[in-house]
Amino acid sequence: MNNVATLESAHDPAVSESTGILRLQGLITGLQGFIWAAYKMMRFLLLFSRQGKLRLQKWFTPLTDREKKKVIRDMMMLVLARPPRSCNFLQWRDLKIVYKRYASLYFCAGLEDKDNELLALEVLHRYVELLDKYFGNVCELDIIFNFEKAYFILDEFLMGGEILETSKLAVGVSMEEADTLQETMEEYMSKPAY
Amino acid sequence: MSPSVPLQEMIRAIRSARTQCEERGVIQRECAAIRAQFRQADNGGRSHNLAKLLYVHMLGYPAHFGQMECVRMIASPRYSEKRVGYLGAMMLLDEKQDASLLITNSIKNDLSNSNQYIQSLALCTLACMGSAEMCRDLAPEIDRLLRASNSYIKKKAALCAVHIVRKVHDLGELFTKAARSLLTEKNHGVVHGAVVLITELCERNSETLERFRKTVPDLVQIMKGLVISGYSPDHDVAGISDPFLQVRILRLLRILGRNNEAASDAMNDLLAQVATNTDSTKTVGNAVLYETVLTVLDIKSESGLRVLAVNILGRFLLNNDRNIRYIAMTSLQKIVGTDHNAVQRHRGTIVDCLKDQDASVKRRALELSLALVSASNIRSMMKELLSFLSSCPPELRSQTASGIFNAAERYAPSQRWHIDTILHVLTTAGGDVRDETVPNLIQLITNTSELHCYTVHKLYRALLSDISQQPLVQVACWCIGEYGDLLLTGECQETEPVQVTEDYVLDVLETVLQSHMSSPSTRGFALTATMKLSTRITENVDRIRSIVSIYGSCIDVELQQRAVEYNALFKKYDHMRAAVLERMPVIEKNSQGHTNGETIKESQTVKVKPGEPQQPANQVQANAAFYTVFSIVATVTVYEKDGVTVTLSCEKQSDSGLTVTLTASNSTESDIRGFTLQAAVPKSVQLHMKAPSGDSLPARGTAKVTQMVLVFTFADMSEVYETKVSPVTS
Repeated sequence: MNNVATLESAHDPAVSESTGILRLQGLITGLQGFIWAAYKMMRFLLLFSRQGKLRLQKWFTPLTDREKKKVIRDMMMLVLARPPRSCNFLQWRDLKIVYKRYASLYFCAGLEDKDNELLALEVLHRYVELLDKYFGNVCELDIIFNFEKAYFILDEFLMGGEILETSKLAVGVSMEEADTLQETMEEYMSKPAY
Repeated sequence: MSPSVPLQEMIRAIRSARTQCEERGVIQRECAAIRAQFRQADNGGRSHNLAKLLYVHMLGYPAHFGQMECVRMIASPRYSEKRVGYLGAMMLLDEKQDASLLITNSIKNDLSNSNQYIQSLALCTLACMGSAEMCRDLAPEIDRLLRASNSYIKKKAALCAVHIVRKVHDLGELFTKAARSLLTEKNHGVVHGAVVLITELCERNSETLERFRKTVPDLVQIMKGLVISGYSPDHDVAGISDPFLQVRILRLLRILGRNNEAASDAMNDLLAQVATNTDSTKTVGNAVLYETVLTVLDIKSESGLRVLAVNILGRFLLNNDRNIRYIAMTSLQKIVGTDHNAVQRHRGTIVDCLKDQDASVKRRALELSLALVSASNIRSMMKELLSFLSSCPPELRSQTASGIFNAAERYAPSQRWHIDTILHVLTTAGGDVRDETVPNLIQLITNTSELHCYTVHKLYRALLSDISQQPLVQVACWCIGEYGDLLLTGECQETEPVQVTEDYVLDVLETVLQSHMSSPSTRGFALTATMKLSTRITENVDRIRSIVSIYGSCIDVELQQRAVEYNALFKKYDHMRAAVLERMPVIEKNSQGHTNGETIKESQTVKVKPGEPQQPANQVQANAAFYTVFSIVATVTVYEKDGVTVTLSCEKQSDSGLTVTLTASNSTESDIRGFTLQAAVPKSVQLHMKAPSGDSLPARGTAKVTQMVLVFTFADMSEVYETKVSPVTS
């Protein structure tokens, strides 16, 4: 249960802050209609692999598809370029980016300026623990083939950019019961009507 | 139509595609199958189909045709279909899509469902993508759920209410009472949700804030319970009981205690307790400490507590963990204005962080160091900053350079130190300094007349070793041109004497002129400097003459023009050469219309191209660099000859634009016809000349001809502007 070894944080590639690469001038002209809602804890949560494949995306603000793609591209570019053993925090536009690498997956969250980065690291860690508990020694393949479960777990933990449930146990129980409900209903519905 | 495969099969197929093209093929086939399935009547595999579509969507392919299917599935009675349907709604629909309104009714029904898991699906979706209209519709439902349901639903309803308040601020009133009562619950999730809701309500509305101040004792109580309580396996994280809730409560206390003595007093003890008792060996403990420090610094805390908070930050600075050091510096940056002395105590550690490997930490350390520079520590800080400049990552260079310049300008202990510092920056990071550095430095040097000898020696030496840094080369050329005579006399107490002959000096200038590394403006500087030396040296004037005449046929138009004019100065106006090329006067710093501290000179250059018989061009003042900037308010007479007067007035339109009005009048007895004004500007400036009001100047000043010219600079303010007036007398 406590074995998050497979997904445990390897030492992060050291990262040199490459915000300089993202020159705002070019971005601003292209994204004038970028509307960020104010006052949320988390604006988005992304999971992507070392090769730049997206495994999960949760958006807590309304953005157009084009804007979302831009954010994803920028995050991958920024985070994947960081060398190991460096700071887990970055500055990007007006947001703080907190990222952590667990085995082959990068967990990347965009926070507001007022938020507590250290707590965000704990949030990412808690999510990994929840995944680990649910899948049992979770690895990237679990998240690929059961992505909808990963989303359901996330929805039991975070909602609207804020933490919903602070107890690991409670999230586990809810997931179990919901899954049981799903199976029961499916069984019931697929029983032949004699 | 190929049979659809189960979700996992499809994922496997996509992953095994070896090329992008193959993957696209697989996905197109699958999407076609999915679309066909959607059109069919209800079958058992609907949720699988939608899940497949969502996977494809995550890979980046278009999936909008699934939107209606989501709406249908949400309305289905089966839980499995609802679950995937709502997931699809959160991924594919957002408030900008029209289809999102269609699910409002389903959500409303599901909110009153007997099964809590179905209720929770609806709540989650509403909190994720609910538009303002949906929120308005469903707010009363949410309020009901906040009061009368189990804790599982209450906590979800609380966060849903938070979303509603963010979307529609007025609805905050609706939830105030419920929020208050939720604080008394036992369930941590519910309390957490309540705290978040109250925080949101207080941030939006100051009256609500006043009302919720009464909850401070309750919050303190809850917090104490968490801090003192024994181990609870449910919420424990590395020895801290429910850190997430603790941090949220601390944040709410911060908002409630801000600017309010009574509330701040009530929480003083608690904050002291948390600050001293929290274990800081792990990140989670530091997260709570960090939030505590932020709260203490923001409310009206007593001074002992403030000192404690700053000390905690100081401890963070010494922590091995880079993350902790980073946030320590971020927090210190916030208070460096108010608690300057407290932060100064940690200056040593902060300066050490400049040498850290990590770029994020370096950046924070740089900003904080620049904020800590003061008159008393300027010398030692500058040493550190200059050594940082030589080794810092390229994206931080220009920030460092401008920071150093600002600090030097404000706290320079002596002129010589100031000049030395600027020269040091130009040698190390010449390419990253701002454009106005060169005129600023030139002005500084001109005004420090006692150091002319020292400066020109130093610059000459710098030029000998390296001519690649353009700002440095430009300043050096200018100085050699101005003070070449001081260089040649060789005497200077403050630096070692250097053997300089006239030939050496001209060699250096010629090298700059011919080098590939020199930019066009640098070459302009060098040519003008060469010309100026013609009045300061005695033997090699012929060499100068030949250099100048060579450049009379240079491809670069700017250089060619200068060379031609200098040639003219040698040939026709030789008697004026000494007067024209004499030393520049001390430049006044004009503080009107200052932007970014640039200097504005009063004089300007006007060139008169006589279309009439030769007149000594006694208005010509060949300014050293043809560097002229208009003073923002003056109206200046730029040409006055033979009864024709041209005046020029400027008006600043914007940061990069200027409107110049040229007015010509004629006081002679006869009319002047065919009067035109021409203007030339360098490439960094754009010119729009409007049509003149006329082209003939009537006699005796009865009427004037005006012409508006709009000038836009792309670089910052220094402009080069020349006007040619070519009247043709009848």
